[in-house]
Amino acid sequence: MNQRSSNLLDEALGLDQTIEPWPLRGRIVAIEDQVETSGSFVLHHILKRSLSPNSSNVSIFIALSQPFSHYDRVLRKLGCNLVTQRDNNRLFFFDMLMLQCPGGDEGISPECGLIALYGKIYKTIVALPEVSSKNVTIIIDDLSLMEVAANGSSDYVLDFLHYCRTLTTEFDCSLITLNHEDIYSSADRPTFLLQMEYLADILIKAEPLATGLASDVHGQLTVLNKGMNYRQGSSRNKISNFHFKVKENVVECFYPGSQG
Amino acid sequence: MAAKTRTSSFSRNLSAAAPSQGPGLKCGPNGTVFLSSGIPDLDKILGGGFPLGTLVMVTEDAEAPHHMLLLRNFMAQGLVHNQPLLYASPAKDPRGFLGTLPSPAASKDEKSHKHDPDQEKGLRIAWQYKKYFGENQLNFDGQRDGKHEYSNEFDLRKPLERHFLSVQRVDCVSIQDSPNLSALQDRSATFLSQFPRNDGSISCAGRIAIQSFSAPQCAYSNMEWDMLSFIRSLKSMVRSSNAVALITFPPSLLSPSSCKRWQHMADTLLSVRAIPDEDKELSQLLTGYQDMVGFLNVHKVARINTQVPVILEATTFSIKLQKRRFLVLECLNQAPVDGSSGTSYGTSASCSGSSGTGNLDF
Repeated sequence: MNQRSSNLLDEALGLDQTIEPWPLRGRIVAIEDQVETSGSFVLHHILKRSLSPNSSNVSIFIALSQPFSHYDRVLRKLGCNLVTQRDNNRLFFFDMLMLQCPGGDEGISPECGLIALYGKIYKTIVALPEVSSKNVTIIIDDLSLMEVAANGSSDYVLDFLHYCRTLTTEFDCSLITLNHEDIYSSADRPTFLLQMEYLADILIKAEPLATGLASDVHGQLTVLNKGMNYRQGSSRNKISNFHFKVKENVVECFYPGSQG
Repeated sequence: MAAKTRTSSFSRNLSAAAPSQGPGLKCGPNGTVFLSSGIPDLDKILGGGFPLGTLVMVTEDAEAPHHMLLLRNFMAQGLVHNQPLLYASPAKDPRGFLGTLPSPAASKDEKSHKHDPDQEKGLRIAWQYKKYFGENQLNFDGQRDGKHEYSNEFDLRKPLERHFLSVQRVDCVSIQDSPNLSALQDRSATFLSQFPRNDGSISCAGRIAIQSFSAPQCAYSNMEWDMLSFIRSLKSMVRSSNAVALITFPPSLLSPSSCKRWQHMADTLLSVRAIPDEDKELSQLLTGYQDMVGFLNVHKVARINTQVPVILEATTFSIKLQKRRFLVLECLNQAPVDGSSGTSYGTSASCSGSSGTGNLDF
């Protein structure tokens, strides 16, 4: 039962059947969380999946919120050694903790900030061997900090995302982003969030339970998978909703009321 | 309660595996090292204290200085442990604040030892069980001794002795007059460069305390993005050094979205709130209402090197001043519905659902 229930997230993402070819290929996944419930475990899960030993995926991790040592420890407990993967050129870790790009039009020059970051990503992908360049996962943790680094000019960050989006069509990369939903809840037109939700093929929301935090249920996930079967011509949205409990080595997902 | 946050039954023997460490540091799970907040109860609630490399944020009560209690104990604890301190405040003369820091209560340990003979006498009645009690007491004493080294109880009425406040270790900055944050950023960078993080033993840890960061008397207080990017870079710098930064801020002065961003950036997020002087409703609801000075909310507990969130049994605690000297935190206890008549538990429990406790949880 446990085996089955832990796959709800994979099922919702379409990762349950095959890992090769990478099911998220060419797709954009937006993860949104809140202060009370962090959604970073979904990032870890996808990173682990994309680095699974029987695939040739390459991951590009753009870290703005935590240093490498943090991810290394977290992923090691999930059964994935990031240091080895980095040495094998399957993981490219960009430590952007100190990224600072001057905002405004006058600050935009090719050698600074996000443009340089995009250049770095592009070069990394182009330099890959033919086999793996088809299965690149770009992970950004997280977008709100990128906005801060850009000194509040979210248009600049959006431009960056649009550039990254071209990579998903050009090289069939997948783009995974994390953002915080509640930051924008007070704005009457949260352009940045809405644009991201529009771009996303899969939208994942991590929310606390309405009844408060509990030790058995850490929150609920809502996964909106737009156009699951778009290759077969029929485009249909699929919404899955389930509770989760985050553990060190696994994320337990289950339907409300089916556990404890 | 704090012990319950470790859910796994397999736990490494931390005391045996611990590398050599400076005073006032304690090993935690996932390779973290804690330093004490200066309030033993808060350390217990947070599962050991503040992990090195984290950013702690305290949201202030707009009308009461309760955040100063946390700030003072945090700073005093660091100075007692000989840890360098960087203190920034919107006051004209930040160094003056050091005079108000509390002094560790040294008598506490002696007192507990004095009590021991009495207790032993009382226990002699049940002499058969003495061996068990003795064992227990030994354990407790051991714990107390260990804790005494790690975190002190502070006597809020006794000022910290002068010799703790030497100039080399305490760096004070006034953030009132600086037009932007670059000066403070440089000061923090040079301060933090004393404690680079390498895998070896940690000889010394630093503390940064920033009071009322977004206070309106600071010239930059309307530059929200500048403040955000300062906090972000401070967090990044702290992550790569053996230090803890504590920032208190009045949230009412920030825009709601900015305030959320601040909360997201915090590793440990606390809030303090005063309680109104004569709130009849609350005083009926809670036991020991007379001794409370405020509430402390724990919104977020630092999550370093792990993805598992820390879920506390209670998130609201009452701040009390024991004997008007010692700061203690206690879980809220619901008073019997009618305190004088002593109603049975059953009725008080049935009322707990209906009584509108609002934003307090039990």
